[in-house]
Amino acid sequence: MKFLPLILANLSRKKLRTTLTIGSFAVALFLFGFLAVIHGAFNGGVDLAGIDRLMVINKVSIIQTLPRSYGDQILRIPGVKYVAIQNWFGGIYQDPKNFFPSFAIDPVTQHEVFPEFAVPDEQWNAFLADREGAIVGARTAKRFGWKVGDRVPLKAPIYGTGTWEFNIRGIYNDPREGADLTQFWLRYDYLDERRTVGKGDVGWYAVKLDSPDDAVRVVRTIDEGFANSPYETKTETMQAMAASWVKQAGNIEFLILAIGGVVFFTLLLVTGNTMALAVRERMGELAVMKAVGFSDRFVLFIVLAESVLIAVVGGAIGLGFSKLFTLSGDPTGGVLQSFFLPGSAILLGMFAAFAVGILAGILPASSAMRLRVVDALRRI
Amino acid sequence: MAIPIVYNLRSMRARWVSAIVAVLGIAGTVGVFLAMLSLARGFRATLVNSGSPENALIRRAGASSELDGSIGLDQVKVIQDAPGIAREDGRPLISPEVVVIAAFPLIATGTDANVQVRGVSLETLKVRPNIRIIQGRFFQPGLTELIIGKNVASTYSGLEMGKPAKFGGGTWNVVGVFDAGGSAFDSEIWADSRVVNQVYKRPDELFQSATVRLTSPAAYNQLKDSLSTDPRLTVEMDREVEYYARQSQVLTTLITVLGTLVAVIMGIGAVIGALNTMYSAVAERSREIATMRAIGFAGSSIAISFVFEAVLIALIGGIVGCIFVLPLNGITTGTMNMQTFSHLAFAFKVTPPLLAIGIVFALLMGIVGGVPPAVRAARRPIAVALREL
Repeated sequence: MKFLPLILANLSRKKLRTTLTIGSFAVALFLFGFLAVIHGAFNGGVDLAGIDRLMVINKVSIIQTLPRSYGDQILRIPGVKYVAIQNWFGGIYQDPKNFFPSFAIDPVTQHEVFPEFAVPDEQWNAFLADREGAIVGARTAKRFGWKVGDRVPLKAPIYGTGTWEFNIRGIYNDPREGADLTQFWLRYDYLDERRTVGKGDVGWYAVKLDSPDDAVRVVRTIDEGFANSPYETKTETMQAMAASWVKQAGNIEFLILAIGGVVFFTLLLVTGNTMALAVRERMGELAVMKAVGFSDRFVLFIVLAESVLIAVVGGAIGLGFSKLFTLSGDPTGGVLQSFFLPGSAILLGMFAAFAVGILAGILPASSAMRLRVVDALRRI
Repeated sequence: MAIPIVYNLRSMRARWVSAIVAVLGIAGTVGVFLAMLSLARGFRATLVNSGSPENALIRRAGASSELDGSIGLDQVKVIQDAPGIAREDGRPLISPEVVVIAAFPLIATGTDANVQVRGVSLETLKVRPNIRIIQGRFFQPGLTELIIGKNVASTYSGLEMGKPAKFGGGTWNVVGVFDAGGSAFDSEIWADSRVVNQVYKRPDELFQSATVRLTSPAAYNQLKDSLSTDPRLTVEMDREVEYYARQSQVLTTLITVLGTLVAVIMGIGAVIGALNTMYSAVAERSREIATMRAIGFAGSSIAISFVFEAVLIALIGGIVGCIFVLPLNGITTGTMNMQTFSHLAFAFKVTPPLLAIGIVFALLMGIVGGVPPAVRAARRPIAVALREL
């Protein structure tokens, strides 16, 4: 590390150029962080969905319902621990643009199947005691400024023109990064009592298994059990279900990879070019260093270190800014399920910056290494 | 006196590595920016093309999309006698429709996607004259026959012309393929609305929306007034074009906002790259510049010459970026329409105005990246620069 001052001195001799190169790294890594956030917003649900839970939907499509009686039949299948019922509500607050997922749930079974959505006990008990009660995710509550005790009017176009009023009884939270904190839950018994169509039907069942290893067998048992009935089912793990929704949204993975590839390739060219310029300007100096006894490998190291230092400093600035950006809040106003920069993306970004630094420095550095002292000194 | 352009061309050739780096930086930025915009435009065009200004879509008041709506046969009977609806041979051109979805595996990924299934009336082709059967024939009323949009067969497995298809608890025969001119209908399956209701165990004679052909686009207000004052009806009406434009809004906004953000960030990066290239050019050529000043070129002509060089690099970059994007035109991709939960195929749309936007964006980057180095070049004291080397 005793050569650090030399590297810094080299870098500070063309301050403007160094700043600009660090700047391009910062911009590229900021963009990398931004893309990672978008990727997380679309795929976050897949990683957290869990493989020990199944979703049983009508085979025709998710908008077709299933009979209420299926719940008990599914519960009797060995390997099934709990069964929760859910029914899409499609609630709209003020304007259809303010989308958030809302569904009717059974308060007792919801808690057993989705223990990760934490609600304080007294709030949960208040929800159990109030037919018009509702539990809402922390993100959605924050988005509309709802607090426990508020009375909230929603429209539900599926169930006619009337307005439904709910008392917010609790706010759920999930400490895991990227968790879906946008859902709105109302009570199934309240929905079923008030609706005029589809009474007694359930949108889908969420099934919690004793062990994820059992998933394949239980899936088959459920689907075979209801085959050839008027309501055939399709059962999948929640993870597979979440993944297929993401795939329907389009090839986001490819889009992000394509943009990222273009940016990093350009970055490589820019930095490589800058380093080549720096080495060309310093031919004489490098030759002098070699002439006074520094080894070839040392010259290689000093040039590489310079380009890596630029890369790492620029990368850290860029990723730092993108972290700050995510902390400042979601620019789409809560439409995305989650908005955060995972630690793994920061690590990957730093690694990518480091790699580009090495790659960009390797050509100029090796030409510096191979430099023949006599030639270089004669040129001056 | 102006410095000849050939000076810039020669100096670019002398520093071709830096020049190519700057060109590629700008080309990449322009390419990504245009690709995102063409995606948003293609999606919007697909939905907007689905509507016709001469059609109106009627659904129950309060329903935000066709999926939420419900209109009974009694209401349809009232609607079809309203003024402003076109008639042929005395029959009103109205298509009461049922919209449901069915899950089919995507060929591209093998995972299930939702296909929109539309139960239509026999008048539907007269209501939408821009839709043509290009293969096979129209379905026969009362039978489990269906016709598919031209994008369906290539997007999903299990739906092929002339073959049976199983979904919704019934076995259907695919008897025809229709071309809806690149609109959202091209991703749909059509069948007799009464059969769809039966197979999907929905109540008979209950529809979700009704599409009517107007006698002229101007008849819209007349029909709207008549429907909204009729006490027997609780319906809402939109021009078909507006209904579909609204459906495209959320996703178009999302793509445009995210795409612009990405392009702005990349643009900053490209400007930094251009600045770097031009500053190095100025530094490398300080003796040349000083010599030119010494033999009488004014500082301003030097500055103009450098800005010109930067703009030239940017222009080449912009053109290269446009060339990268051109092959995307017409490539079909798919996404989920969040309003109907169904999968929708659409094509990238690269249009001349879009390319012009890309070139302007590139020139802007060239100017921002070229002016500061040019100013520095013009301001360098001649004597110092000449003595330095």
